[in-house]
Amino acid sequence: MKNKLKVLRAERDWTQAQLAEALEVSRQTINAIEKGKFDPSLPLAFKAARLFKLSIEEIFHDEA
Amino acid sequence: MTDSNKEIASKAASFQQKNRSNTTRLGFWTAIWLLSMALSNFGPRFIWDFNTAITTIMVLLNLALGLKMILSNIDHIKGLDELQQRIQLNAMAVTLGLSIVVGLTYSNLDVLKLINFHAEISHLVIFIGVTYLIATFIGNRKFQ
Repeated sequence: MKNKLKVLRAERDWTQAQLAEALEVSRQTINAIEKGKFDPSLPLAFKAARLFKLSIEEIFHDEA
Repeated sequence: MTDSNKEIASKAASFQQKNRSNTTRLGFWTAIWLLSMALSNFGPRFIWDFNTAITTIMVLLNLALGLKMILSNIDHIKGLDELQQRIQLNAMAVTLGLSIVVGLTYSNLDVLKLINFHAEISHLVIFIGVTYLIATFIGNRKFQ
């Protein structure tokens, strides 16, 4: 699954650590999601969507 | 600091504080359990001369402290985020599988007299610890 997390984070000038803090996960998790190595759960995706005031589909895209 | 940044900082503090306190609590109960294990093992020989009542109490206390340590570990795992939980779950699955397979093979080697020493439970405990450490390390590397 692809995502725009890195772009959205950069637009707000946030570090991975800051985003991790906002989503209450570790920095390692944010890094893994941004690199496409780990797909977040639905609750975490919703949390990210709420944080960026976007829909889940605007952040995460199915690669299929 | 903006309101949104303040909110982020406060969330960070709660998530990190919770993890830190869970880890500290797990470390504390593990240390206490280890101490009680040592005491219930060496106490009868070196301190209370195999007094049955004291030995029984110490063994039961050791068991109770072990259960408390397990509960602390559950709290610790629950406090981790979803990626960390996945890494731990994978490490536990690898450790459990290998411990059963390798442990039984090792026991067979002893029973069939293919090794000239006893297959001690302590060897298995060391194997479990090392396997879990390696599996956790590999899991962390995989998601870096």
